Parts: sequence; structure tokens; C-alpha cells
Amino acid sequence: MTTVATPYAVEMRGITKRFPGVLANHKVDLRLRPGEIHALLGENGAGKSTLMNVLSGLYHAEEGEIYINGELVRFGSPRDAIRHGIGMVHQHFMLVPTLTVAENLILGQPTPRIWLNYDALEVRVGEIAHKFGLNVDPTAKIWQLSVGEQQRVELLKMLYQGAQILIMDEPTAVLTPQEVDDLFQTLRQMAAQGHAIIFISHKLDEVLAIADRVTVLRRGKVAAQVETAETSKAELARLMVGREVLFRVEKTPAQPGPPVLILKHLNAQNDRGLPALQRLSLTVHAGEIVGIAGVAGNGQTELAEVITGLRPAEHGQVLVNRQEVANRPATVAIKQGVAHIPADRTGVGSAPNLGSDDNLIMKSYREAPVSRGWSLNLGVIQRLSQDLIQRFDVKTPDVKTPVRLLSGGNLQKLILARELSREPVVIVAVYPSRGLDAGAIEAVHRRLIAERDRGSAVLLISEDLDELLSLADRIAVMYEGRIVGEVPPDDELVDEIGLMMAGTVSSAQQPVIGIQ
Amino acid sequence: MRLKVETRLEVPWWMRVLALVGAVVVALALAGIMLWYGGLNPLVAYRRMFEVGFADTYSLSDTLVKATPLLLAGLGVAVAFRMRLWNIGAEGQLLIGAWASAGVALFWVTPDTPRWLALLLMMVAGFVAGAVWGYIPGILKAKLQVNEIISSLMLVYVAIRFNNYFIYGPWSAGGFGLTRTFPRNAWFPRLLDYADTVPVFRGMTVHMGILLGLVTAVLLYVLFKRSKWGYELKLIGDNPRAAQYAGINISRHIVLTMVISGGLAGLAGMSEMAGVVHRLQENFSPDYGFTAIIIAWLARLHPLAIILVAYLFGGLLVGGDAIQPSGIPLMIQGIIMFCVISADLLTRYRLRLIRIEVIEAEEVGS
Repeated sequence: MTTVATPYAVEMRGITKRFPGVLANHKVDLRLRPGEIHALLGENGAGKSTLMNVLSGLYHAEEGEIYINGELVRFGSPRDAIRHGIGMVHQHFMLVPTLTVAENLILGQPTPRIWLNYDALEVRVGEIAHKFGLNVDPTAKIWQLSVGEQQRVELLKMLYQGAQILIMDEPTAVLTPQEVDDLFQTLRQMAAQGHAIIFISHKLDEVLAIADRVTVLRRGKVAAQVETAETSKAELARLMVGREVLFRVEKTPAQPGPPVLILKHLNAQNDRGLPALQRLSLTVHAGEIVGIAGVAGNGQTELAEVITGLRPAEHGQVLVNRQEVANRPATVAIKQGVAHIPADRTGVGSAPNLGSDDNLIMKSYREAPVSRGWSLNLGVIQRLSQDLIQRFDVKTPDVKTPVRLLSGGNLQKLILARELSREPVVIVAVYPSRGLDAGAIEAVHRRLIAERDRGSAVLLISEDLDELLSLADRIAVMYEGRIVGEVPPDDELVDEIGLMMAGTVSSAQQPVIGIQ
Repeated sequence: MRLKVETRLEVPWWMRVLALVGAVVVALALAGIMLWYGGLNPLVAYRRMFEVGFADTYSLSDTLVKATPLLLAGLGVAVAFRMRLWNIGAEGQLLIGAWASAGVALFWVTPDTPRWLALLLMMVAGFVAGAVWGYIPGILKAKLQVNEIISSLMLVYVAIRFNNYFIYGPWSAGGFGLTRTFPRNAWFPRLLDYADTVPVFRGMTVHMGILLGLVTAVLLYVLFKRSKWGYELKLIGDNPRAAQYAGINISRHIVLTMVISGGLAGLAGMSEMAGVVHRLQENFSPDYGFTAIIIAWLARLHPLAIILVAYLFGGLLVGGDAIQPSGIPLMIQGIIMFCVISADLLTRYRLRLIRIEVIEAEEVGS
């Protein structure tokens, strides 16, 4: 064997991992140099998360070897991986909702053993947080935090554990452009200090901006390993999906009709009883897509819930075709033709152990022909489900297969099928493409534009500026429960939108969120 | 080669059946060890239990009598469990249902009341009283998020004391722990009532309550499978937040479901009053309401499967009584429950033999 002058920080050789019926990784090699930012690129289900779970000790590979700094290791548990300096920030946060930030950080740590010195812990957490610009209140409980804040806790946790090798599973999905810049700066600093970083992403621009090298996975196998300097966005996309992908969905200029969704001076509270919406007013016309830009936790999900009748409004009105829907049962909004594509597909948008058929009739089971009187029409449900699955290209073995077995993209298509097949008057889409692969995102975008052209009023809540710029006809920026400005979807205005998302229009010095 | 434990994504139906049968076999084996330890030959004991519980026409009748309250209460439990509402207080709802129907039989029914009217009034009283006993934990959960497991269980003990007050106090027949016997028109018709015309029915105590149970089971089967209410129950049970998102009022469903669940348990109590005991007395129920939980669970909350399981447990009670007055059947029930729950857990995993060549890593210091 030839000895390398500096051994790889991580070398994975011939990793093979099977799940029942799925070959998630097949003879995958990955080499990570110290001080390198290495992107791991691939569609959903390409095996990225599996590979990283193997590296972080959550899964055991059936075949293959892992070397850390040239030394063969075998991880029996995540603890072994942590001991070897591997830290992973998961896409689905691994936090205990009822514990505080500080308590989450010390979970699974060898020290402290018995006596928890919270004061010292909080000081230490504050130091790390300050060093990397990750502002979170160490005493806040996780369930009280927004998704964006929770991710910061995940980052903090990893840093607190003293990780030398960082795995970041789509870390930018919930951040503003400024925060992404900050994160990138942090990552570069860490790389400069010798940390090795694996950066998992779907976003090709980000990969090209941050990574030194890229490993592309496709269907569990390595499709290519390239230097970012020697590749292009188009080439990476081709390697990733095996075909050309449209980055901007084509659309004609909007032809707005009469106002359909009118929000007047809305006030609402979040789950913690704090003001989430503050005198928010907005009008969406038929045949247009209005994008809501903003950092997670600024009232977007609450806004969607008030419009769909899931959260009470303390003050103000929500009018759909001049009918009040706020503070009334959710069935009123459903009957008025409000479709809701929720942010949380598995937690809110679907019943995981029920089949596609049961999931598809969630909104229509009260109406003929799906039901008549007290009884459901099982024949109609069967036909309807099969038809929708075909029309919306949902890949499932059978309409009775529990939807928890569907991939993220297929589940989202199923939700779209349910919501859009009812020819809604208003569509409230919350982060509709989060976590989906390029092919599925394209499908979601095409559907939304088709609905707009049909005459639906679409409210698109997203954190992905590219998505908003590509889909929206107008972009309203939300900050602390208010609409702080409205801009046309112009690529030139990205910086301005970013500043508005951070709560300032004139200068960028104001601190981004954090709990006071 | 190495053995590896993996989670299963889907559990095939035949495996569930196999797990159930396996669990019962293991349970009988374990209980057999205890019987043997107690000086009985388990094989002889089991054969005797089987003969008495299932083998001839009289045992059929006796077993059906025991199965009737188990069936009704089991269906009640299943309704609540379907939406993951853990009503474990069926015993209390059964007792209160018995109390109310006994009250009707003792004080409203005169020898001149038509039998159908007397029985109908008793059924309504039994259902409503059980429903009220279910409504209490239901409304507490819906409005104040009180844990229904605790409140429904505690109400069992309230119901026991409540009944004792009446049977030792105002309703007592001569100070004993029982009331006077109901008038004959407050009794469910039994097969032995027709022994004059059909001699085979002589000695058969099976009563109309079993028909009530069977009709209820079929009705629930249809409702679960193809009613809007059944769909809503299923949706809430699987994901309450998704149900809310679908516009379902969950609080209302919690109350409604507890009312129906309690009402069915109350009906089980009424059926015991009108069909078997014919008066309210202490300890008339050998924990039917608790056994109902095991039955509903074993039947995987399927109304038609509950019929079968209730019948088997009825036989266990009858057969167990033959070898020893009490104790044995309850012990076997308990062991069966443990085995079934363990087997259920095991079906979610599978063992796999895998070939692996691993060079053990050296122990690495930090």
C-alpha cells in the first residue's frame, strides 16, 4: 500500500447499504481532504442521507470500509462517530422539543455526568454562538423556536461537541440570503482551520459557490466526482438527474382578475401566545401568484393557518370572494375553495399510515359524489384515487399503500393532487418545494402556474428566493408579522429583498432574529 | 455471518395472524408451567377446559352467555381505540349501565308493562348511563386536556362504590348486597324459555343479548368501513393534525366517541341485568370491562374479529371455572395479553443473516 503524505480526513470505500427492497448505496466511494468543503449532490432518494447516516454511525453498511485520518474505523453507534469528531446536522432536526436549547446541547455528552451547571453551560453556549454568529437563547424550549432557529441549535450542538468533520444536510433551506452568506463565511473559516465539511444540497448555485469538490450520487451510485472549478451548473444538473432540467419554468405574464383573497388588518398569535401577525393587509387577485418572502418564524405559517381557518385571528378579516373565513370552522374555508399546501407534509398534510385513497379524500369526503348522506361511496373513491394518482404522476404500488412509504416528492404530488383537483379559488402554498428533488420541484412549479392561468389566486410562501423570483408575479416581504414591502420579481432586486427580510430597508446592520 | 435486526416497513397480514396464534400458544405454555407448579397436569386441565368451554351444545350456550358482555364492551372499547382515545374505563360504564337498567326494571316496570317496552327502556337507560360515564372523561379531555386513561379508569372505582351504595342501601333486599329480582317482563328471552316446544333448548341459558351484540358488531363494521364518521375516526386516530387540517372538529369527536364507547359498555351491563343476573348485585361482573380491552386489542379493533375473540374468551371463562372457580382464567388472560403485545412488537422487526467481512478496528483513543 502506498502511503499518502496527508491522509484523507474521511475515506469511505465501497459502501453498500440495503433497505428492505431498496439498494440505497451501492459501492460508494467518498474522499474528503482536511480543510475541504465537499459537496454531496443528488436527487431525493439518491442515497445522500443514507451515506451520511453510515458515516455518522446511525446506520451500519453491509459492505465497505471507513477510514478517518487514514485509520480504519467501525462505528457501532453515533457516539463512536462523535468520538471520532464527526458531527451531522440532519435535515429533520434531532432535537427534543420539550427541552431547552442548552439541555439539547448536552444530550448524549459524556460530561456533565450528574450536576448540570446551567450557568456555565449557558456562558459556553453563548461563546460558541457568538463566535459563529448563531444567535439563540439557550434557555428557550425547542418547540418554541422557528424552524430556522432550530437549525441554528443543531449547528450549535455539533460545534459544542467539538466536531472536526461536519456533515451538513441541506443547511441553507431555511435561511435568508444574508444568513446563507454568514453560514458560508463560517464554513470557510472552519475549513481554513482544518475542519473538513460535507455539504449536502440540491441547490447548484450554492454548491458551486461554497464547495471545493463535488461528489454526485445518482440512484445510490457515484455518478461523478469533480472539482467545482472545472464544472458548470448545467453539467452538475445533468450528472444529478441524468437529463436536462429547466431552471426557470416558462410562464406568460399574469393577467390578474378581480381581487379574490383580501386580508385586512390581521392580528394573530403564535403557539407561544406572542403576536405572530400584526395588522397585516394583503390582496391577491385571481390569476396571479403573490410570493411571500421572509425568514422562517416571521409569521408565515401563522398567516397560512389564519387564511385556512386553522388558527383564530384576534383582529381583522380574511375575505375569500367577499366571504369571511377567519375565525370560522376550517370547513368554511374548504367550502369557499381555499386549497392549502402545508409546510409540514407528513405532520399536517397527510395521514401517514393510511393509503393514498384515504389521503386524497380528506377535503372532499363531505361532498357528493365521494359521499352521500352518512356513507362514503367506496367505488367512486377508488376510481377517483386511481385517476388522480395517474394525472398527478404519483408513484405508488397501490392506492392502499400507506403514504409514509412514499418519497417526499411523491407525497407532495399526492397533496397537490388532492388540493388542486378541487379547482380551488385560492391556493395557499407553504414552502411547496422544500426538500424535493429537481424533477419534483419542476412538477410543483408547473402545477402552480397552470392553476394561476386557470384563474386561481395563489399565495406562495417560500424562503427560496429563486423560487419566488421564478414563480411570483409580485413579491411581498414579511418581517415580524408585517408586510414590510412589495417588489416586482426582478433578479436585480435580490439584495434589496434580502435586506427587507432582515427587517431593514436602508441599512444592513440590524441584527437578524434571535430571542430577546 | 452475522444476525441483524431490521425494522420492517410493512407487516404482512399473515404474519399478524401467525403472531397472534403464536402468542396464544406461548401464553398457554407459560400458564401450563404455572398450572403444573400448582399440582395440575396442564394437558389434562386444558383438555377439561376445552371440553367444558367449547365441546358440546351446552358449553356453546354457556360460552355465548359469557361472550355477550365481552362482545358489547369490546365493541365499545374498539370505537374509542380506533381514534386512539384510550377509554379503559369500560368496566365502570358497564356497571353504571347495569345500575340504570336495574333502576328501570325495579321501579318503572310493572307486571303489566309490555315486555318489548320494558326491555327497550332498559336498553335506553343502560346506554345513556354508560354514555354519561364516558362523556365525563370525554368532555374533560376535549375541554381541559385531562388524560382520559386516568379519568376513565378512576371512574370505574366511583361506579363500584356508587352501585354498592344502592345495593346495600336504598335498593337492598333485606340488607344483603343485592336487590330484589326483576319482574319477568324485564328479562331477556332465553332459549330455555322455549324448552316446552323445543326440548333441545332445555337448560340453555343463552339470551337475546347475544343478538344485540351481533347486530351491533355488524353495524359498527359497516360504519367503520363506509361511513363518514368511520373515516373521520380513522383519520383522527392516525394523525389528529391532518384531521384538523381536513376541517374535522376533534373536540366534538372526542366527546361523541366517548359517549358511544361508554354507551356500548353500558349496554353490556344492561344485557347482564336482563339476560343473566336479573337483579343488581355486587361483583356480578368478573371484570368484563377490563377483559374487553384485551379482546378489542387482540381483534385489532375489527368489529367482526371481536365476535370471534369474545367467543374464545367466553370459552376460557367457562372452561376455567370448570377447573377452578376463578383465578386461573384471569391469570391465563393476563399472560395472553403480555404475549400478544410482545408478539406485536416482534412483527415490526425481522432478523436477517448477513455475510460480512469486517476487520475490527483497533480501539482508538480520543
